[in-house]
Amino acid sequence: MLKKRVIPVLLLRDGRMVKGVEFKNYRDTGNPRTAVRIYSAQDADELVFLDIQATLESRSALVEIVREASTECFMPLAAGGGIRTIEDVRQLLSAGADKVVVTTAAVTTPRLVTEIAEKYGAQCVVAGIDFRASAEGAKVWIRCGTEPTELDPVAHAKRLVALGAGELFLNAIHRDGRMQGYELEMATRVASSVSVPVIVSGGAGHFMHLAELLRDTPASAAACASLFHFGDNNPIRARSFLRNLGIPMRVLK
Amino acid sequence: MIGIIDYGLGNLASVRNAFEHLGHEARLCAAPGEAVLCDRLVLPGVGSFHAGMLALEERGWAEALPDLVAENRPLLGICLGMQLLFDTGEENGPSRGLGLIPGTVVRLAPSEPHKVPHVGWNALPQMRRHPLLDGIRRHVDFYFVHSYHCIPASQDDVIAFCDFGGPFVAAAARDNIAGMQFHPEKSQPSGMRILENFVAWNGRC
Repeated sequence: MLKKRVIPVLLLRDGRMVKGVEFKNYRDTGNPRTAVRIYSAQDADELVFLDIQATLESRSALVEIVREASTECFMPLAAGGGIRTIEDVRQLLSAGADKVVVTTAAVTTPRLVTEIAEKYGAQCVVAGIDFRASAEGAKVWIRCGTEPTELDPVAHAKRLVALGAGELFLNAIHRDGRMQGYELEMATRVASSVSVPVIVSGGAGHFMHLAELLRDTPASAAACASLFHFGDNNPIRARSFLRNLGIPMRVLK
Repeated sequence: MIGIIDYGLGNLASVRNAFEHLGHEARLCAAPGEAVLCDRLVLPGVGSFHAGMLALEERGWAEALPDLVAENRPLLGICLGMQLLFDTGEENGPSRGLGLIPGTVVRLAPSEPHKVPHVGWNALPQMRRHPLLDGIRRHVDFYFVHSYHCIPASQDDVIAFCDFGGPFVAAAARDNIAGMQFHPEKSQPSGMRILENFVAWNGRC
């Protein structure tokens, strides 16, 4: 039986690890290299690295961090942030990433999603969807939550899968860093309307939030950052908590 | 020396890093001539069957591999590398594979509500005794990421099944040629055990 995944997310800016609230007010949360070592020792199910700065310098720091992680971390690695071209993708993959996360470019140049899928396979493209709830309904936002679009998250999700995305990374901006729980309704709507696995992010504050998502929605994975950054929680404890609730989690030995 | 077949596709560095982490020397072989010096070979790879086969043909591997494995040199295919060992694939139109293990490669068609690609951690609930699976217990999970799966012509070549809305072949072996649909190099301790088993394998079942 396929297990549900719990995925730590490392947000990076200029080579440092940061964490914000609603994609703003970022604060430094340490050296990503140390975090990688700890998550590796705790046998995290997978790691996601996202560069939020998307400048040339910040991206080359991302590539270096992925390169180092791949020499000591024998788990799936996904990386993204500011990917615009197939050359950006090649660079991250050759540094050791197994898949890339494409969010803004998936809106501005959707052809890139198809191009990556054709060249490296659909499993290599994780299409990101950042959305925010509003009075007129939820909308997709791009450029790290600074620019709104008119896109509906569910319709956008379906289109991304049609373009070739092998997984979706669904992130609720208004829940980000709040630690009040995931946006379960949208997770259910998106995950039940596409044929590919959906990773849900934004809002986990304690293990019960992971349980709600993984037990009560068709989401395949729970991504979290604050949960592990602030407090003494870790992937080992998360797995055993979820397993005790009857959620299928990975067995290591 | 372990030779990792470099045909321009996939995350080759991960496979080499994993072997080096375990203390085994591994080199990327860009051409078949370099593989002659290696006592065992790994065929990694991600991407589509068709593109993979084209790349193996362009770089001379399709022609050279049957000779390279003829003298009982162990060969391990990982993920797409496993699929390419078979006779034919249907991804992006029918194409011929290496034909080192008889059988075909077809798209996963699991029962609802399973989603394709099959991504994540899954176990090998059914397996038979094989040196590559030495010390691996049935409930231990490995990392899978794929949309197609192999159907060996002979059940004798199956060494492990995985369950994903029905059973599919997760590992196959015929003489000194083996394939794993999951990624041992991405499966932490359980995967490292399989890579160690491969290094110790004499190529016999």
